[in-house]
Amino acid sequence: MSRTDWEVVIGLEVHAQLNTASKIFSGASTAFGAAPNVQASAVDIALPGVLPVLNRGAVERAIRFGLAIGAHVAPTSVFARKNYFYPDLPKGYQISQMDLPVVVGGEITIRVGEGEAAYEKTVRLTRAHLEEDAGKSLHEDFHGMTGIDLNRAGTPLLEIVSEPDMRSSAEAVAYARALHALVRWIDICDGNMQEGSFRCDANVSVRKKGAAAFGTRREIKNLNSFRFLQQAIDYEVQWQIDTLEDGGTIQQATVLFDPDSGETRMMRSKEDAHDYRYFPDPDLLPLAISDEWKARVKEEMFDQIGLLPEDWRKKFVDQYGLSRQDAIALTPFPRAPIVFEDAALAAAREGESVTDVAKVAANWVINEYLPRWNASAERHPDIAIPEGVHGSIVGYLIRLVRENVINNKTAKDLFDEFWQRAEAKFFDSHGGTEHDVDRLIEERGLKQVTDSGAIEAIIDEVLAANPKSVEEFRAGKEKAFNALVGQAMKASKGKANPAQVNELLRKKLTG
Amino acid sequence: MINASLVELRRALDARQISSVELATLFLDRIAALNPQLNAFITVDRDGALTAARDADARIAAGQAGALTGIPLAHKDLFCTEGVLTTCASKMLANFVSPYDAHVVSLLKAAGAVSLGKTNMDEFAMGSSNESSFYGPSKNPWDPSRVPGGSSGGSAAAVAARLTPIATGSDTGGSVRQPAAFCGITGIKPSYGLVSRYGMVAFASSLDQGGAFGASAEDCALLLGAMTGFDERDSTSLERPVEDYAAALAAPASAKPLEGLRIGLPREFFGEGMADEVRAAVEAALEQYRALGATTVEVSLPNAKLAIPAYYVIAPAECSSNLSRFDGVRYGHRAAEYGDLADMYSRSRAEGFGDEVKRRILVGTYVLSHGYYDAYYLQAQRLRRLIAQDFQAALAQCDVIAGPTTPTTAWALGAMADDPVQMYLSDIYTIAVNLAGLPGLSHPCGFGAGSLPIGLQLVGDYFSESRLMNTAHRFQQATDWHQRRPACAQ
Repeated sequence: MSRTDWEVVIGLEVHAQLNTASKIFSGASTAFGAAPNVQASAVDIALPGVLPVLNRGAVERAIRFGLAIGAHVAPTSVFARKNYFYPDLPKGYQISQMDLPVVVGGEITIRVGEGEAAYEKTVRLTRAHLEEDAGKSLHEDFHGMTGIDLNRAGTPLLEIVSEPDMRSSAEAVAYARALHALVRWIDICDGNMQEGSFRCDANVSVRKKGAAAFGTRREIKNLNSFRFLQQAIDYEVQWQIDTLEDGGTIQQATVLFDPDSGETRMMRSKEDAHDYRYFPDPDLLPLAISDEWKARVKEEMFDQIGLLPEDWRKKFVDQYGLSRQDAIALTPFPRAPIVFEDAALAAAREGESVTDVAKVAANWVINEYLPRWNASAERHPDIAIPEGVHGSIVGYLIRLVRENVINNKTAKDLFDEFWQRAEAKFFDSHGGTEHDVDRLIEERGLKQVTDSGAIEAIIDEVLAANPKSVEEFRAGKEKAFNALVGQAMKASKGKANPAQVNELLRKKLTG
Repeated sequence: MINASLVELRRALDARQISSVELATLFLDRIAALNPQLNAFITVDRDGALTAARDADARIAAGQAGALTGIPLAHKDLFCTEGVLTTCASKMLANFVSPYDAHVVSLLKAAGAVSLGKTNMDEFAMGSSNESSFYGPSKNPWDPSRVPGGSSGGSAAAVAARLTPIATGSDTGGSVRQPAAFCGITGIKPSYGLVSRYGMVAFASSLDQGGAFGASAEDCALLLGAMTGFDERDSTSLERPVEDYAAALAAPASAKPLEGLRIGLPREFFGEGMADEVRAAVEAALEQYRALGATTVEVSLPNAKLAIPAYYVIAPAECSSNLSRFDGVRYGHRAAEYGDLADMYSRSRAEGFGDEVKRRILVGTYVLSHGYYDAYYLQAQRLRRLIAQDFQAALAQCDVIAGPTTPTTAWALGAMADDPVQMYLSDIYTIAVNLAGLPGLSHPCGFGAGSLPIGLQLVGDYFSESRLMNTAHRFQQATDWHQRRPACAQ
C-alpha cells in the first residue's frame, strides 16, 4: 500500500497573543523581554485574596476577530477555570472559556500551491476563546533547580480552533499563514512567532481514502514557525501511515516536535491526560457583549484599518478585473491595497480608467513595492513602516513609462533610489515627490531616446563593432540578437526605447 | 467604657473624655489579660494600633473625625493586612505577611478605625466551631468549655468578651450569624456583592461575603456602613450608592415603631431539630415583635432542606480550586524535604492544611471530576436557583423572614469532633441565605441552659440591610438581651 491510499486530516489550534498593553485580568504590562518577574502584579502571582478583572481591550480584539471571519460573536460567554498544578501556573488554574466561548463559527479562505496547480479552499473555524497565558519555567542556569518567570502569566490569548478541514501539511501551512496575516491585519496580535505571539498546535490523523470515520488523532504541541509546522505534520503523517501499515494502531496522544531531529515524540498518552475539572469562574461575571458594543468595535476597526482583506480582493477581482491570485498578493497588510489603488489612479492617463492600468499597477506593487517593503521590514523590525514610497509616485513612474518619457529600467532605478532615501529617514518621508521625479529626469538626462534617427545611428555603430554576433545571428542563433539589443541599450546609456531598438535592429539585420 | 456603644464612644472621643490611644490601650490590655484564656486573637498588633490611634487623635483634634475615627476594631484573619500576618488560621499561611490591604481593611483604615489585631477563625473559614484553627479553638466567653461558633468565632468571642467593640467577619454559610448567636452579639452578612471581596482570602467565591459584628444592630450599622462601596477590583462588587445605615436608625421612637412590618415565619425553620429552649426564646422574641406593631405570617421555603447538600457540593468545589494557589511555590508553607515536584506539592499541602480543609478539597475535587460534574455541581446549581426562588416567593408575602439562627446553643468543645456531618447540619438555617445571596442578621433574643445565648435570624430581600438593622434596632430599643455580658466583661 502506498501513501496515496491514505487521506490526511488536520485541524489546528492557534494561540494568538492579543496585543493589549496590560494583561487580561490585571494591570501589569505585557511587554516582552523584561527582567524576570518585574511584570507580575499581585494578581499575576496569585497572592491570597486577589481577584481578576477582565480587560475590555482583550474582549474587543476577540470581537474584531469574530467580525473579520464572519463568526457569531456570543452575546453571553462564560469564563471557566481549568484546574491543574504547575509551578508557572500561579493560581493552580488557568482562566479560560469552555462551554460558552466568545466567538463561534466563521471561516477563512486559503490559497494553496503555486501557479497552475494553485487552488482555493475554505477552512471552517469551530470557535475562538479568550484565556490567560501561563508563566515560564526556566530549567537552565539554576544549578539543577527550576526558575519561574511570571511576566507572561496573565497575558491575553485568543485560542482559535479550526475544524479538521485540512488535508495536507501544505493546506495547514496555508491556513496558518492566512490566519497569521489576518490577526495582524486587524491589529489584534503582533504575530511575532519567535517571541511566541502566534503558536500552533496541530491535530493530525490519517484514514483510508473513502473512509467515513476519522482516524485516531495525535496532537503536536507548540509549533512556533511555519516550517516546523510543515515538517512536524509531514513526519507525523508518515509515522502514522507506517505504524498502521505495519499493523499497528494509533493511540490518542499529545506529542512534541523536535526541530533538531525532525521527529515527533510522545509527551503524554490519553491515559495520563489531566482531568481539568472545568467549572465557571465564580470571580467573573458572564461576559455580555451587546449589539451596540459590537457595532462600536466594527466602526473603530473600519476607521483604523479600512476594508478587510477579503473585501479588497472582491473589489479587485470584480471592479478592476484582476486575477484572484493578484488580488491575494495585493492584500498582505492593510496599507498594501491602498498603495495599489493610489498607484493605479496615478498611472491612468487622460481618458483611462483604473481598470485599464490595474494589471500593470498590480505588477509594480507585487514585484517592486512589496519585496522592498518586506526587506525593509526585516531590516528594521523595530519600526512600523507607514508606507515607504507613496503609491501615487509608483503610479506616476508607470505613467511616464507608458507615455514613453522614460523606460522601465529608469523607472525602477528611480523607485529604488526613492525607497532607499525613505528608508534612510526611517520612513518618515516618502523619498521624493513627482516634482523630484521630473527634476531628476531633467538633471540626469534620463529621458528616453525615441528619435528613430538617433537610435539607428547607435545600432549602426553596434553592428559595426560586433561582426561576430551579426554572423551568429545570421547563422540562426537568436541569442546573438539579444546580445546586440543589450549592446545597443548600453550604448544609449539605457535611455533608448527598447521596443524601438528591437524593431529597428531586426529590420536592419533581416531587411 | 468597655461596654459603651459606638455612639457613646464617639461622643467620649469627640468630647476628649478619652483619647483614641487610651481607648486602644484599654482594649489592648483586656486582650493581654483575657486572650490567653479565650484565644480570640491570632495576632495582636499593639504597635500598629497605637500608631493608628495617635493618628486618629490628631484627626479628632483637627476636627476631621468620622464616625469610626479612633474606634478600635479587629479583623478576621482572612482579611489581608499590609505588614501584619494574615494566616487564615492555617499552618499553610502561618508565615504569610500580605504586601497589600484588603479593600475592607483600607476603607476602615481610611475611616480612622484602629485595628487591634487579627482574630481566630476556622482554618480558611471552613468550620462552624473554630476548632479547625491551626492555632487552637477560640473559646466562648459565656462558657470557655464551649465553642464560640464559626468560622468567624474569634471575632464574635472578642466582641462578646469586649476585647474589641466591633469586628469584621466573613460569612460563606453562616460564619457571621452563627457565632454571633452563640456569643450573644449582633452580626450581619450583607447581600452578595455589597462588600468587596478583594483581599479577603477566598473560601467559596460565589458565597463569601464580608460582614460585621457588634454588640447591637446600631454598632453593626456603623461598621457595615464603612465597609461597603463599589470596588472595581472585585468583578462581583455592585455599583450602587453607599447607604448611611446608622442615620436610617434615627427615626423618632414610638410605641409601635414596627407598625406595618410583616414578618414571615418559614414553616420549615420551626419544625423538628430545633431545641426547645431555642424555640421558646424565638417565640418570645416574635411576641415582642408583635408588641412593637409587626404582624407575623407563615411562609414556606420548600427547598430549604436541600440547602445543605447543595452547599456541600458548591462550596467545596469552589474551595478545591481557590486553595490550589497554596502550593508551596511562591509563599506560604513548603515542606522541608521533598523529592520531585509532585512530592513537593503533596507534602507541602499535606503538612500545611488541616483535616477539615483537606476533606473539603477532596469533596470539591470529586464533584468537579469528569463524569460527576453534571450529577453534582450542575445539580447543586439547579437546587441553588430553586432555593433563591423560594425566598423570592416568600418575600412576596412579607417584608422580612425570621427564625432561629441555630438549632441549639453553643456545644461543648470537641462534641462534634468525630462527626463533621452533624456539624454541617447545624448550619441548616443560615446556609440557604448564602445560596440565595440575601442579607441576613442575627441578634440575641434570650438564653438557654447554662446561660448560653440564643440568636434570632432576620433575612430580607436584596439590599434590605437597612431594613434588617432597623428592625433589630427597634427590638433592641425595647429589650436588653444585647446588653447582657459574660462574666469576663462585667
